[in-house]
Amino acid sequence: MELISPIQFAKRSVLTVQDYSLLAGRSVHNLFTHPRYLADTLQQADIIGVGSLPIVVLTGFFTGAVLALQTSATLQRFGSISLTGQVVALSMVRELGPVLTGLMVAGRNSSGMASELGSMKVTEQIDAMRSLGTDPTKKLVTPRVMATVFMLFILTIISDLVGLMGGHFVSFALLGLDTSQYWNTAWQSLVWQDVTMGLVKPLIFGFIISTVGCYYGLSTTGGTQGVGRSTTQSVVAASVLILVLDFFVTRFLMVALGVH
Amino acid sequence: MSTISAATDLGARSPGDDRRPVIVFDDVAIGFEDKPVLDGVSFELTRGETKILFGVAGVGKSTLLKLVLGLEKPDRGHIWVLGQDVTALREQDLFELRRKIGMVFQESALFDSLTVQENVGYRLYEEGLEEGEIRRRAQEALRFVELGHTLDMFPAELSGGMRRRVAIARAIITQPEVLLYDSPTGGLDPITSTRIIELVVKQRDFYKTSALLVTHRLQDGFTMATHSFDPQKNEMRPLAENPRADVNTTFVLLREGKVIFNGTAEEMGASQDEYIKEYIA
Repeated sequence: MELISPIQFAKRSVLTVQDYSLLAGRSVHNLFTHPRYLADTLQQADIIGVGSLPIVVLTGFFTGAVLALQTSATLQRFGSISLTGQVVALSMVRELGPVLTGLMVAGRNSSGMASELGSMKVTEQIDAMRSLGTDPTKKLVTPRVMATVFMLFILTIISDLVGLMGGHFVSFALLGLDTSQYWNTAWQSLVWQDVTMGLVKPLIFGFIISTVGCYYGLSTTGGTQGVGRSTTQSVVAASVLILVLDFFVTRFLMVALGVH
Repeated sequence: MSTISAATDLGARSPGDDRRPVIVFDDVAIGFEDKPVLDGVSFELTRGETKILFGVAGVGKSTLLKLVLGLEKPDRGHIWVLGQDVTALREQDLFELRRKIGMVFQESALFDSLTVQENVGYRLYEEGLEEGEIRRRAQEALRFVELGHTLDMFPAELSGGMRRRVAIARAIITQPEVLLYDSPTGGLDPITSTRIIELVVKQRDFYKTSALLVTHRLQDGFTMATHSFDPQKNEMRPLAENPRADVNTTFVLLREGKVIFNGTAEEMGASQDEYIKEYIA
């Protein structure tokens, strides 16, 4: 492994942050300039949204189910097992729905973007695109960012709903709770601040997933080995950023929305 | 070999003047990770001229073509392309200029998820032309490279030589003012290489497009300098059979990042420079 000096490491890190920020900024700026690639955006929405649906549904359902299973044991001790629906609803909508959906989509799509764009980079297809007069950030990055942000929003709503259904399945089939009681407590516990918090997060996570994937793809060097490295790095970076940002976004929204 | 003053050169000629160089390199230097690649490169390409860049592997030939397109930025010097200083243009402003230039990449660089028609007609799709018009023009460009039957195929279904020919069709479909060829015969067998060079000669003699061609294969350059395309026989023939043909093809030789020769094939053959003699031996 190549050893580098701390100064070199610091320079590289600053350069990475700078390049990433420029790419992220340009991906947003492109929304306001021509040309706009609507067909590419719809194609990406299909790949990212519809393609991720099975894993998001499975993850959401079983997360809700296990949440009900785990919390019911504790709630039973305090004689509050009827609050299972409330716990599942708050946990899924505020936290687990957005984060787990984000992590699933990061694993599937951030890596996909990094490997696809990375392959294009090492085979000079990105240079060919530039030489043909097309801005790769407009043609490749902005459609992916748009599609991921929008589809992650939708997928998170689906995940929340399916998670609640998973919680209901456990509550009804294993814990013997009343169906209407579960849904009533779940519904009544949610206030607009919870829903807002749960729906702001996927917008931020979607932006992170897509820009990180595209950044690592477009900065790929070193042939097929480099493509593999970029793919791994993109998933790691996107996942870590989601978890770290989740803390700060949650704290910020709690203060901003007055949630306790 | 002459040293040029690009700024003076450009200033002295009007934009419509045919003698105005289409590409001017003025004291260009570039390096990667503290290793110099090109150092003080100066030459010019006039309208209608084909210049062949020779040099051993790693001397910076492909980098030089990328500099023309603004895909890389030099550390020093200026590059004028079609009257614009590409070293001073922002990436966003370069896209317009690049539409006037055709580039054939070393490994073809075809978009592997698009069909041959979509690859060849890429620029036309970007311009928003109708599907029927794009198909007709893509067909026309592909017929020029004798691949008219491949419209609906994908690059993965083509051989290396066919991919190179599709890349040429993609570069010429909009009839650009300048063509750049990056080792168009690299990695191909001798018969296919000759066929590719024949297509380059055909393009040169039909359209008289200014071109920079990078290669490490001497025979490619000498074939181009000593042959012209015969439309009747649909093949290239030696100049001896058509002495009136104007091939307008010159050579540049790079060594250790510097231009050590800039002249005609005859001048290169007559050079007394030890390195050049060894290079062409």
